[in-house]
Amino acid sequence: MNRYPLWKYLLVLFVFICGLVYTLPNLYGESPAVQVLPIRANLKADNALLQRVDEALKAANLNAEGVVLDPTSVKARFNSTDNQLKAKDILQAKLGDDYMVALNLQSRSPQWLTAINARPMYLGLDLRGGVHFLLQIDMKSALDKALEASSGDIRSTLRERSIAYSGVSRDGRLVTIKFRDAETRSKGEVELTQRFGGLAFNEKNEGTEFFLLATLKPEEEKRIQDFAVQQNLVTLRNRINELGVAEPIIQQQGLDRIVVQLPGVLDTAHAKDILGRTATLEVRLVDDEHQFNEGSAAPFGTEMFKDRDGSMLLVKKSVLLTGERINDAQPGFDSRTNEAAVHINLDSAGTRKFKDATRENVGKRMAIVLFEKGKGEVVTAPVIREEIGGGRVQISGQMNTKEANDISLLLRAGALAAPMEIIEERTVGPSLGADNIVRGFRSTQIGFAAIAIFMIAYYMLFGAVSVLALGANLLLLVALLSMLQATLTLPGMAGIALTLGMAIDANVLINERIREELRNGNTPQASIHAGYEQAFRTILDSNITTLIAGIALFMFGSGAVRGFAVVLCLGILTSMFSAMMISRALVNLIYGRKLRLNNISIG
Amino acid sequence: MEFFKINRNIPFMSYGRYTTTISLVTFVLAVFFIATKGLNFGVDFTGGTVMEVHYSQAADLNKVRGQLTDMGLHDVLVQNFGSSHDVLLQVSLKQNVVGAQLSEMILDKLRQQDASVEMRRVEFVGPQVGKDLVENGALALLLVSIGIACYLWVRFEWKFGLAAIIANLHDVVIIIGFFAFFQWDFSLTVLAALLAVLGYSVNESVVVFDRIRENFRKMRKTEVAEIIDNAITRTMSRTIITHLSTQMMVTAMLFLGGETLHYFALALTIGILFSIYSSVLVASPLLMLMGVSREDFIKTEKVTEEVLP
Repeated sequence: MNRYPLWKYLLVLFVFICGLVYTLPNLYGESPAVQVLPIRANLKADNALLQRVDEALKAANLNAEGVVLDPTSVKARFNSTDNQLKAKDILQAKLGDDYMVALNLQSRSPQWLTAINARPMYLGLDLRGGVHFLLQIDMKSALDKALEASSGDIRSTLRERSIAYSGVSRDGRLVTIKFRDAETRSKGEVELTQRFGGLAFNEKNEGTEFFLLATLKPEEEKRIQDFAVQQNLVTLRNRINELGVAEPIIQQQGLDRIVVQLPGVLDTAHAKDILGRTATLEVRLVDDEHQFNEGSAAPFGTEMFKDRDGSMLLVKKSVLLTGERINDAQPGFDSRTNEAAVHINLDSAGTRKFKDATRENVGKRMAIVLFEKGKGEVVTAPVIREEIGGGRVQISGQMNTKEANDISLLLRAGALAAPMEIIEERTVGPSLGADNIVRGFRSTQIGFAAIAIFMIAYYMLFGAVSVLALGANLLLLVALLSMLQATLTLPGMAGIALTLGMAIDANVLINERIREELRNGNTPQASIHAGYEQAFRTILDSNITTLIAGIALFMFGSGAVRGFAVVLCLGILTSMFSAMMISRALVNLIYGRKLRLNNISIG
Repeated sequence: MEFFKINRNIPFMSYGRYTTTISLVTFVLAVFFIATKGLNFGVDFTGGTVMEVHYSQAADLNKVRGQLTDMGLHDVLVQNFGSSHDVLLQVSLKQNVVGAQLSEMILDKLRQQDASVEMRRVEFVGPQVGKDLVENGALALLLVSIGIACYLWVRFEWKFGLAAIIANLHDVVIIIGFFAFFQWDFSLTVLAALLAVLGYSVNESVVVFDRIRENFRKMRKTEVAEIIDNAITRTMSRTIITHLSTQMMVTAMLFLGGETLHYFALALTIGILFSIYSSVLVASPLLMLMGVSREDFIKTEKVTEEVLP
């Protein structure tokens, strides 16, 4: 009765081998590495780049342990942090501003493991060191800003259509438009409703005064908020790219928060500065009259900027328009030529300025310059074909859809849509991170050893089987965590230790049951069978209750607590498997074949 | 080796009056300390700045305090932890007017005196975050309780679910009571430990309940009290051995896990100790009190038959 069919043994063996393979990368450890990422869209990580990196390193006499190409970057591995830092400086100097050179860690595991996607566990910031920021977006000011822009637009629309009004004012989320009589008001209402789809208009009379009240529609409010989050995400991503951080995490959390995680960054002051920086956008005229050479001084009243392809452009110093006047920029198509285009929407003041500027400069080129950290870059420099009124600007010509997308992103992302504030910071220095790993590892090790000694002393051979099952449980848990690339935090390591301590429960239940059956006078074979069968239901019940707690922790926990919850939930699954299947398979292998079994070693 | 060779049933149920009294007294004491002393909430919940800095030689705490006073920070908690080289600074949100920038300013100031100061850890939590955490924590606790009670209701009977949850919440309240009495740092990881204890100590009750159910089936003519006594006696060995093993792991964490895991392990230790007690001596008497009988058990028997494979 205590025999497994062959397929069950094979299944256990298969799972065990999988566990072994996926645990392996964790044993090889990680080496300091340098990661080279192309920043510009037209550059790719390819074999040519690989060769350049390789040659540069060889020329500098830095022996890389390996230089590999992955879909987005080239990585070079070194045997010491010294060489890693040297390599970073050399590569940055050789490759210039077009590439980002970041410090990173790379697994030392052999190629075949990487090929089957077996990677080491992904360590959280408290273990590898780094900075975690939680940023809160000020949605109130985003909505205020949008409404302020709308009230300006309402004024200019009414003026354009010569509809007499006696005042437009904004008070919080309410724009009040005052009219002299009901007739002009209804005329205005028709016009405004047509023009401003995102606003809801209501009439109100007060004595002899006729008001039109405008508020943001809920869906428009939501659109503005989503837009603000998206734009801030894009801006942050662009900025963090400059920091040269490998594998940054920039994610939306909840409705109005953004999480930024920068592994390994120690200069937190610099990081905070970059996150809080405001970029500006300017529209200026391109100076095509003067000749210039790269490297020579720019003529009086002009400045030289790089454009996105890296070539230089001479641009006049006087500013036609600043980025604050841009309400929105969206990629789209030219309605006549069907070319890819970027549609820009200006606010009322911007519209007026832009109209004047374009009228005076038809046929010339204008440059849209993005300033960050006091350094300007020409995003695009189209030719002005005609006077542009109405505040809707279209930039088209010589770009594909992707470029249109990029440019509209940049135009929007140049500045933050709404101010952000750091509401949480967690910084862990790399030395503390390394200490945490050692601590977590050592407590698991010692706890495990203590349990092993006790179990074997108390239950003899069955204790040894339990310890083997527990070891398999640890192996499977680590393999599962590596496979899922779930973030391992210090509480997560505590979770591993705790799961092991709890997993022994199933084994104890089984062993105690077997002893009890033996005491009741059953034969050893029958006792083993009954022990496993009877314990199964109890094990299931007690594990499911713990699983309920684990899932709730995962749903409501944040950061480190979540890491604990993930380990707890996965650990329950692996411990059920190892207690029920692996230990049973071992016991079956040892005792199952003996027909006349008089004595079993259970202490 | 065998620690527990008990042949006779231990009459746990007849001790019911004493154990209930003990439980009630500890529970009331715990509530009393929570109410009067309150919890020493960590920076996770209250907001503020915590910094851990490392000096290459023993740090002079008075000098550090003096430097902070120079900056206008008069009420900063400055203490050694681990070794005399490591200093922990805690600034409440009230004093912090510059938000996330404060840690940089403090570090600059400390470096003026001793350039070797190494920043080990910084935590800044703004006021918006702490409130969310408390709400989410309470919600999680509630949800876990309801989830477990419902599961036990489906699997056993509503009386079992209710008894288990009361017994285990009693554990949780006592752990919180300990944290209030000793004014230990109540952080987010401690909250995680509380929820883990809730899930873990329900195990205890489930194992005993499982036996009670089995006994109702096997021992047709026995009194309810004796059935429960028998179930507890039979599972006692397992209870002690399991907790001993888990406690070995937790003890390793308590002493070797470092500052972050210390209170986590401490909460678990108290939880483990009390969950032995409560599952045996709180949950089961409660079950008796609610009048569990063979009849309401045989009804559910049919249901569980269907659930089983």
